[in-house]
Amino acid sequence: MKHLHLFSIAVLTSLLFTACSDDDTPEMVHEEEVITTMTITLTPEDGDPVTLKIYDEDAEGDTDPVNTVSGDLIAGLVYTGSIELLNETEDPAEDITEEIEEEDEEHQFFYASDGLDVTFDYGNFDVNDNPLGTAFTLTANDAGTGTLTFTLKHEPKKPNDGSLEDAGGSTDITATFDVTIVEASM
Amino acid sequence: MRTHALWVLLLSSIPALSQTCCNSLCCTVTDLHDGSCLSGASLFIGTAKTPVVTDHEGKFTFSNLCKDTYVVTVMHPYCQTTTFKIEVKGQTSKTLRLEHHLEELNQIIIEGKKQGHTSKTLQKQTLSKKTLEAHHNSSIGDALSNLSGVSSLKTGSTIAKPLINGLHSSRVVTISNGVRMEAQEWGVEHAPNLDINSIGSLTLIKGAGALQYSGDALGGVIIAEAPKAPVKDSLYGKTLFTMASNGRGSTLSSELTKSTQSGWHATAQGTLKHFGDFEAPDYLLSNTGLSEHNASFSVGLNRFNHGIEAYYSLFKTDIGILRAAHLGNSQDLNRAINSTTPLIINDFSYRINAPKQAVTHHLAKIKGFKEFERFGKLTLQYDFQRNQRLEYDIRRGADRDKASMDLELDTHTLMLDLETHLHPVLQLKTGIMGRHQNNFADPKTGVRRLIPDFDKFDLGMYAIADFQLDDQWLLEAGMRFDYTSMDVFKYYYSSFWENRNYDQLYPELVVEEFKTQILTRPQLNYKNGSGTFGATYSFNEAYKLFLHCSIAARAPNPSELFSEGLHHSAARIELGDLRFNSEIGRKASLTFQRHRGTFTFSVSPYINTISDFILIEPTGSELTIRGAFPVWEYRQTNAQLLGLDADASVQFSKTMRFNHQSSLVKGYDRTRKQPLISMPPVNTSNEIVYQNTACNNLQLSLQSAYFFRQNEYPNNNFDLYIPATKTWETLDVSTPPQAYHLLNLNASIEFKTTQTGTLTLGLGITNLLNRSYRNYLNRLRYYADDLGRNFLLNLKLNY
Repeated sequence: MKHLHLFSIAVLTSLLFTACSDDDTPEMVHEEEVITTMTITLTPEDGDPVTLKIYDEDAEGDTDPVNTVSGDLIAGLVYTGSIELLNETEDPAEDITEEIEEEDEEHQFFYASDGLDVTFDYGNFDVNDNPLGTAFTLTANDAGTGTLTFTLKHEPKKPNDGSLEDAGGSTDITATFDVTIVEASM
Repeated sequence: MRTHALWVLLLSSIPALSQTCCNSLCCTVTDLHDGSCLSGASLFIGTAKTPVVTDHEGKFTFSNLCKDTYVVTVMHPYCQTTTFKIEVKGQTSKTLRLEHHLEELNQIIIEGKKQGHTSKTLQKQTLSKKTLEAHHNSSIGDALSNLSGVSSLKTGSTIAKPLINGLHSSRVVTISNGVRMEAQEWGVEHAPNLDINSIGSLTLIKGAGALQYSGDALGGVIIAEAPKAPVKDSLYGKTLFTMASNGRGSTLSSELTKSTQSGWHATAQGTLKHFGDFEAPDYLLSNTGLSEHNASFSVGLNRFNHGIEAYYSLFKTDIGILRAAHLGNSQDLNRAINSTTPLIINDFSYRINAPKQAVTHHLAKIKGFKEFERFGKLTLQYDFQRNQRLEYDIRRGADRDKASMDLELDTHTLMLDLETHLHPVLQLKTGIMGRHQNNFADPKTGVRRLIPDFDKFDLGMYAIADFQLDDQWLLEAGMRFDYTSMDVFKYYYSSFWENRNYDQLYPELVVEEFKTQILTRPQLNYKNGSGTFGATYSFNEAYKLFLHCSIAARAPNPSELFSEGLHHSAARIELGDLRFNSEIGRKASLTFQRHRGTFTFSVSPYINTISDFILIEPTGSELTIRGAFPVWEYRQTNAQLLGLDADASVQFSKTMRFNHQSSLVKGYDRTRKQPLISMPPVNTSNEIVYQNTACNNLQLSLQSAYFFRQNEYPNNNFDLYIPATKTWETLDVSTPPQAYHLLNLNASIEFKTTQTGTLTLGLGITNLLNRSYRNYLNRLRYYADDLGRNFLLNLKLNY
């Protein structure tokens, strides 16, 4: 008898639980920390700015990111650089640059060039006076063709020797652009 | 159960007898469950007042008996007193099997015995209470790796997952107190959610030998049982405390049991564990601390023919993951692999920061049984489990303290089992099981779900029969049928859905389309049959041969079906496949055993052929805005595993013993004609033990463990594009680390504190030579060395 009781209780309980499973569709998740867009604006003291942009519509999905470079740099000019990061999977797009600048101690941009004669100087620093790099200056020394690479590191070793090897940390974004520096037209 | 059978057998065979009084009766008293001999049993024949006591081999002889049927009453301190009717004719030999509830170990620590529901024709390996206690500050995975054929698949030093004969994860089923553990067992970095201190006995079956619980255990079954309480008035308990130098932490565990003569019993048990950062020989392993809070309670009534039991356990753990193992992309991985030391080493800390895991597992069960005469034993069990898994990654901004993965898995199971004797030598066990499971992945993480929301229904039925042909042969056959149905809601990236051609194959699954994602509702059904056939042949008292064949079928798990996206903690993109079908394993094994005497051994070769084996491997790299990520894709193939496990032990003298074990496994992908990934390398362990019971049970042991280099592995290296230099570099993720040799030392001594109390003091040193090594089966081997030397101080108090 006792077991019959037990059995019916258990069956009822399990029915109760299974009957409760609802058919509501789950909520869609937008990747909150995703960066879909990085726009680097290089503004000379005098002349038209050049923008380098990378856009990845589905971040980690199958679609590859698209790089665009709006024009050539001119030898001998000093450019003021600024970097803007957006998450465009959200509507309206979320400005990630602010977040990075708030957490400046934990982030740093690294710049690299290959085949180009350029000089980078950090334009902003964290509370400990270590480089952050969402602002910088780029000096285009000589004409040539090559690449510029921008890498944002999360929790790198700070201070570091300026190399990615020494900094460690994890990569939040990295983009390489094909860039040409032309002779200044006299 | 068998006592019943014996009764039936004996009662039905009472013939008329003539009176001649020069007969004798020679009997052996054994444990009903495992056949071990019971010494010290008192036997009364007829109305005799003075008992005969069995010797150390459980034997006794009555002489000068008449040709008649006698009533023999057997009493044993730890058994139910039982009466047998025995027909004596000439030189009669009988084996009397007793329901051996209890087994005395040390004082009144009772070790439960596994029985009934596991295969009798497959060799079982049991970890003794002593081994479990020696590992009371580590994990189940580590304790099990003391058995031949078992390795640990590790993530760092604290997460250990058992790897049985080369198979792991969903292919290894864990049964805790008769409940199949339901957790997120698909993940390599997900260890069993079980407190080693709540376990009275831990049994391992290499293969699908527990059809009552599962038909999908292609690798093996781990059976953990709480200690059994005796049927007598008693109150006892124990407390264990361990301090360890490596990790600078300690473990405290306590247990108290109250039992009564009337069969009521109650047990409460708890464990606290805290460790800080562990150390490799040359550096600190930052953020590898661990904390664990576990408790279990049980209360029940255990009578001869009926009983009821309620059990609850809580397992709660926070585990830090090596900080240097958290990476952004393939270039970060490349830098980490090429560096000889971890890229991040901080000062020692007890803090557990991200990356980390926080897991809580609740298990509640209620079970009742009743024995019906001439019918059998009916058992009904209901259990509920809630597994909550949180994984934290290093995040930015407002998401900083939010988990990246938040899964809650609820499982309800109802089981009804019947154990009956169709014939005195033919035992049948049969039952049905119904299960409902719901997985909820919290969208508040702000990270796309790795495992989608689903409802899963399981229906299973099984029948197992064993047939005692004669004194030598025992045959066993079993079959099981499982029906699994899954109702899933899954968001795919539209680009993936189209690239995989799912838009052509499964247009009916689409519920709604969004900008870059698509909501689908796959409803999947699997019907799986599994079966076992086995035989045991006992040559004589000492030798035994086990033969076993099984077919096991496993439905693909949610990770294999639905993975699609970045697995943050692994820094790789994982892709599952909706089209997978069940994998089917056919295993044949043979064990030859000598289990008595000064030299004992066991040799077990096996072959396991698995069709549609599901594995994950790198297939290339995917470019994202965060750089290139390696893509790991699941695929199905035909696999074959061949192996041999060997154990041997020699007792040189009363005090000296030598133990040996070794295991070898070869795994091949038959379709691609290449070795399988993550196969344990050949390993061998040799131990010399000195034990002197006369001198406070002093025990000293020195163990040597040698792990060869794994020379057979698939080449999964992939080329990594370095955009800055427009060059390709090969990323070596395949090459296994070098062979290594570890020495471990152990010492213990016992002191009597009171009449029944004992204090055991122990000292252990693991990795005695402080050797730097990396283990092929450790997922974090790319980033750091394994653990360095560790001094352990153990205190155990029985009361």
